Amino acid sequence: MDTVVLARAFFGTSLAFHIIFATLGVGIPLLIVIAEILHQVKKDNDYAIMAKRWTKAFAVLLGVAIPSGTIVGVQLSLLWPGFMEIVGKVISLPFQVEIFAFFIEALFMSIYVYAADRLPKAFRILSVILVAFGAVASAILITAVNTWMNTPAGFQIASDGTIYDVHPWTAFFNPSFLSSAFHVAVTAYMTGGFAVASVAAYKLLKRKKRTAQEITYHKKGFLLALIVGLTFSLISSISGHHSAQVLHEHSPEKLAAAEGLFKSQRYAPLAIGGFTDPKTESVKYGIEIPWMLSWLAAGKFDTKVKGLYEFPRETWPPFYVHTLFNIMVGIGFFLLALAAFSLVWMYYTKRKKRGFPKWLLVVLIFSGPLSMLGIEFGWIFSCSGRQPWTIYKVQTTSEAATQSTNLGGLFLLFIGLYVLLGALTILILTSYFKRHPVYKEFEKYSGYEEKGSS
Amino acid sequence: MIVEVQAILIIWTFIFIYSIFGSIDFGSGFWALIYNDHRTLAGKMANRFLSPTWEITNVFLVLLVVAFVGFFPKGAFTLGTILLIPVSLILFFLAIRSAFMVFSYSVQGYRKLMFLISGVSGLLIPALLITVLPISQGGFIELVDGKETLLLGKLLASPSLYLYILFGLTSELFLSSLFLGDYSYASKQEGAYRLYRGNALLLGPSTLLAAVLTLLVSQQEASWLIKHLYEQKLWFSLSLASFIIGYVALLLPRKKNTVRGFPRLALLAVIAQYGFASYGYGMAHLPYIVYPRLTIFDAFTATETFYSLLIMYGIGLAILTPGFYIFWRLFLKDRRYLQQD
Repeated sequence: MDTVVLARAFFGTSLAFHIIFATLGVGIPLLIVIAEILHQVKKDNDYAIMAKRWTKAFAVLLGVAIPSGTIVGVQLSLLWPGFMEIVGKVISLPFQVEIFAFFIEALFMSIYVYAADRLPKAFRILSVILVAFGAVASAILITAVNTWMNTPAGFQIASDGTIYDVHPWTAFFNPSFLSSAFHVAVTAYMTGGFAVASVAAYKLLKRKKRTAQEITYHKKGFLLALIVGLTFSLISSISGHHSAQVLHEHSPEKLAAAEGLFKSQRYAPLAIGGFTDPKTESVKYGIEIPWMLSWLAAGKFDTKVKGLYEFPRETWPPFYVHTLFNIMVGIGFFLLALAAFSLVWMYYTKRKKRGFPKWLLVVLIFSGPLSMLGIEFGWIFSCSGRQPWTIYKVQTTSEAATQSTNLGGLFLLFIGLYVLLGALTILILTSYFKRHPVYKEFEKYSGYEEKGSS
Repeated sequence: MIVEVQAILIIWTFIFIYSIFGSIDFGSGFWALIYNDHRTLAGKMANRFLSPTWEITNVFLVLLVVAFVGFFPKGAFTLGTILLIPVSLILFFLAIRSAFMVFSYSVQGYRKLMFLISGVSGLLIPALLITVLPISQGGFIELVDGKETLLLGKLLASPSLYLYILFGLTSELFLSSLFLGDYSYASKQEGAYRLYRGNALLLGPSTLLAAVLTLLVSQQEASWLIKHLYEQKLWFSLSLASFIIGYVALLLPRKKNTVRGFPRLALLAVIAQYGFASYGYGMAHLPYIVYPRLTIFDAFTATETFYSLLIMYGIGLAILTPGFYIFWRLFLKDRRYLQQD
């Protein structure tokens, strides 16, 4: 592999690993906030227990999210020094503001975890709200840099590479920032919801081993997670649609590659599934919905959608982004339907007093991992679809990459690190919750109530 | 003051803050390992401090990197290129340390092994971090096929590298001993306080010795720097005076107490000692970021970016100060947290 490919593989691996923890790090705090508030509103200790256990899991995930985020942040300078030189001049603002968000999250996370018993209730809820705020703000600010790579703004570049006429805030609020940042935030909430729904579905599936109290507890968590999952997958689909419209306007070749569209046309069809065949330059084995793409791109059937032939061949994104795009969208709609179907079923069975079917629980176990896959494919789509550019029409990926040649050994070292940390995270979470089963918490809380009644 | 100098002053401030917090953080991890089963609560003190704070210390490291990229993008280019291997190793150990530290609280079996790994990484990371200093003094970078390349063999053969590491490690342990001494004192843990005070008394002179040796050896490799350092005599004298104040503060008897020393004063004086020395070192290093290839003027960012960053630092500081204050009240001052035993 040449250095550029190696650098991409290396950085892609680091990001793919980090994004799992980062996404859960945004999604889970929202659920903790909701559980804390429900606890206060309903005076139901189950929600306090939920908040406590989710916080424990979140703290373990944060133990990987923070160092892996540090790795990604610093590796940007190590693997893409050419890119960071321009970033430093033009778009360092969101990076810097992100640090403040990060501080808020870290400060109040420690306060929430280690000082909760010394704080008044209202302050405890405020601190967990600030944790959730810090987490989502970090995600949004980092996305600002990524969107700027897709739709650069706020500077001029001379032919010798000199940067001038810099407007940091214009760069920050670049054309695709708002739509993409919103999409990143809501899909993280959606994934947090489905991740919790997965665990609860698993617990409910093995209900014979559990007491009635435990089942009630898991049902509450399951319902809460599904409602969050449904709400945010619905919002995600709308925001995803909006993001595609931004693509149509600002990165037409990315949209063309995502749809496998070669000839520019009005009444353009939407190709679902299949793959882009490089020989015939068309989508094979896909389902075409006539006129749909034009309508989706700008709300009118006669919208002219640009095809790949409009652009020089050497700037075409790779054809596989069509598949990535389809998987991302497919997962999104599948989960939306799944959550809606499950909730309707629950409502229905509640009145008829019939149980929730096992097969549906089995499917729901996969909802969390699927949602995470959707996130992964979305990011890979966003970054592969920009190729050959690192900064769209400003800097190519090979110009951005490091010139160091000895990346191979380091790459292997970090793959080993990610495998180790990933395996340990799973091991530690499962062993912790095995040793601290939820019924022990019930005992503790019934004790609390007697003491705390004064 | 010219903008480039303003920017480098901010970077120095961040380096200084991180070097103090980082020393205390990594050092605490090391002491927690050493005093794991100690009859005093020395190990527990270290952990009690570490649990709520390590994340914040880590954020300071990221802040430092981000600020450097924002203020000196060309510097990020050069350092990113030449420091690929040492910085990658730092990241590797940092990930291992943080993760294992968090994991060790949630696991029963392998707790000791996890402690060992995070404690030892707490020595390796600072040792690697400080290698940036000898590299920045020049002599270890060459143009190979038009690319800036770190001469790893030459660096590893250089005695000044090892003396810098020695200086870094003794400083880390000195500062963390002082801090944990003060923390134990505030927590009314006399046994632990005595232990850390004893360590500090031993380590203090060692840091001075290591610093002098480092300068002596650097004389050959970086004579330009030594020459400039002599011009900063004032700052180094102030630094030495602060050290003496701090050291004496540890030795002074207290009227009503069975233990000796004023740990808070000692800690503050030694932080001032490092502050003066860092300022003197930084002044001597100007205008170079990496001698002789890169100056603060070559590396500086776009002026508009600099000013918007500066404004945001002001706003960020204003927002965060109450947060830091609450944090300090809860974990470094609150008797209910400090005196749990």
